Amino acid sequence: MKMLSCKEATRLVSQGLDRELAFGERIALRVHLVLCAGCRNVDRQLSFLRRAIRRLPASVDEPSR
Amino acid sequence: MAALAGEAGFRGQSNLRTWLTGILKHKIIDAIRKTTRETAVGTFDEDPDIGAFGYKFKQNDHWQERPTAWSDPDSALEQKQFLAALEKCLKGLPARTAQAFLMREHLGLETDEICKELSVTATHCWVLLYRARMALRQCLEQSWFGATGAKGG
Repeated sequence: MKMLSCKEATRLVSQGLDRELAFGERIALRVHLVLCAGCRNVDRQLSFLRRAIRRLPASVDEPSR
Repeated sequence: MAALAGEAGFRGQSNLRTWLTGILKHKIIDAIRKTTRETAVGTFDEDPDIGAFGYKFKQNDHWQERPTAWSDPDSALEQKQFLAALEKCLKGLPARTAQAFLMREHLGLETDEICKELSVTATHCWVLLYRARMALRQCLEQSWFGATGAKGG
């Protein structure tokens, strides 16, 4: 199996938030994350970003009262 | 005094709301028109706008500067100033990148809906979302976590 670069790994981390990764992608990513602290941090930070965006006020779509 | 402070807070919130609505709705029409033109040129990979928060990989696609852990991000979520910093970072994104990102994360749309809305391919969509996330990550690191947490290589 080809080792992922950090660029490829972070792309998969991001895409994992948007689509279901293929089996091979998940394995390759998991192996990379075990070995790479930098990408592990990015993995956590991108999930955090998702939670943070949900804290922003809702847009005007809600009926205003 | 309380009323004044409340009003200021409310004004801040409604500004953000206006901005979010603007970027997600009104500007979207322009963006779609613009996208159609830009896509034809096919210069997607060279997006100079992202440069401001550019994340850096070496030529071998490994980190130039390895991302470090953020200290106590969960408590940041409880702070108004943090949300203001996040808002500032969002506003620094190129419009189309911000739209794709907010449609995904704020409105909770699926990628295929976003692609349709912006008339781009799924791959293009994932690239936009990736860029948005990496740029925001970098921006928050510089504007918030770098200032509060320990910084190291």
